[in-house]
Amino acid sequence: MIGSFSWQHLLYLVQSIWWTLVLSGLAFILGSIGGFAVLLARISPRRWLWMPTLIYIECVQGIPLLILLFIVYYGLSVYGFALPALVAAGLAMMVYTSAYLGDIWRGCVEAMPRPQWEAAECLSLTRWQTLRLVIIPQALRLSLPPTVGFMVQVIKMTSLASVIGFIELTRAGQIINNSIFQPFLIFSLVGAFYFVLCYPLSRWSQAMEKKLNVSNR
Amino acid sequence: MDFSLDFAPLAPYWSVFLLGAWLTLKMTTVAVVVGVAVGTLIAFLKRDGHPWVSRACSVYIEAVRNTPFLVQIFLLYFGLASLGLHMPTFVAAVLAMIVNIAAYAAEIIRAGLESVPRGQIEAAECLGLSRWRIAWHVMLQPSIERVYPALTSQFLLMMQASAMASQISAEELTAIANTVQSDTFRSLETYIVVACMYLALSILVKLLAWGVGEYLFKRRRVIRRAIMAARRQPVSVPHQPSAAAQATPGTGAANSRSTS
Repeated sequence: MIGSFSWQHLLYLVQSIWWTLVLSGLAFILGSIGGFAVLLARISPRRWLWMPTLIYIECVQGIPLLILLFIVYYGLSVYGFALPALVAAGLAMMVYTSAYLGDIWRGCVEAMPRPQWEAAECLSLTRWQTLRLVIIPQALRLSLPPTVGFMVQVIKMTSLASVIGFIELTRAGQIINNSIFQPFLIFSLVGAFYFVLCYPLSRWSQAMEKKLNVSNR
Repeated sequence: MDFSLDFAPLAPYWSVFLLGAWLTLKMTTVAVVVGVAVGTLIAFLKRDGHPWVSRACSVYIEAVRNTPFLVQIFLLYFGLASLGLHMPTFVAAVLAMIVNIAAYAAEIIRAGLESVPRGQIEAAECLGLSRWRIAWHVMLQPSIERVYPALTSQFLLMMQASAMASQISAEELTAIANTVQSDTFRSLETYIVVACMYLALSILVKLLAWGVGEYLFKRRRVIRRAIMAARRQPVSVPHQPSAAAQATPGTGAANSRSTS
């Protein structure tokens, strides 16, 4: 007999939010590290460094995350690494996030006025010092709204990890739906939970953007 | 560890892959065209509609933008089916894509509409243009052109998101990849091939978007024609006997053409 939606189901859904957050955090932290490396390579003056990075960014941005997930998941398993779904999903999302974040941050670094670089050169700062002391602190302020905006994307993208069997919010919704078949109720609820996670971040990002625009005007 | 990549078993499936790519492209095109039309409508309603309508549009945009596409597909396909409204998977997937892209497009176009200076709208009102002509000539056309790059990258993201339609087994590239890999047991190779096809598709979509943009926007057409005319002009100048006397009206003509 098909049961109805009970408190236990709700509890299960709420618990699975935790895993969505874990995966989002993992993807974001790993992706930030990767994205920073991508940024440094992309703005490098050396051709052999920025050229492959450009190709990397273009390739990753041209492939759906779902396919990346499948490649990482199946690809690593045929070589004998039986990965837990969390690690496979985390790796795929790291690749994806690093390409996008690297590109976003590159835009922010390149938006810095040219004289800033020249002045740093006049002070005989090394390239790394210029970046660390002059460019990045200023670019950071500029990059905050799009980065937070991208965090919303990351949270939404974690729903794809359900495909390789990682039990997060969407997968939990599917599991409950398979047992009681009330898709309208359950997926509305799942959507509402995602909304609660994402909306504050969206608003924060918008508010910061407005602030920046006012100061630039 | 004795695994090596072997693409040979996939060779008989090339036509299936191409069919999948075509289906993905078709799905994306339909969704983008209808979605942008709906999005434009929503952008205008949010801007100038009745307060209640405007509020409803905001709720719709925020709801779609802050929930995953996968959940939207499930809600549309399984949810509507449980309410008694059954539809084919392809229709459900396209519908979900339209709902999704309309919200994003509405937000992008609204940003474009807001960047139209008030003075231009007031000037158009002073010239006695009707509301519709103001909306079309003064507001929509320039703002679409301004936000066209953002729209294009949204189309690309949409094309990639269409891969998620495989989760309700709508026929498209990823769903076909799933079938092929369960036929051949060559999962890694299949997905690498499909990844390459998505790459090719996204390059194709970029090119298409660029071409459509060059053709669509009147301002760009006019400017291009002016540039071409200006290029032709200096070549003919040295052949004239009195170059200095001829050059001045020549450049004047080029200037007037580029500003028209």
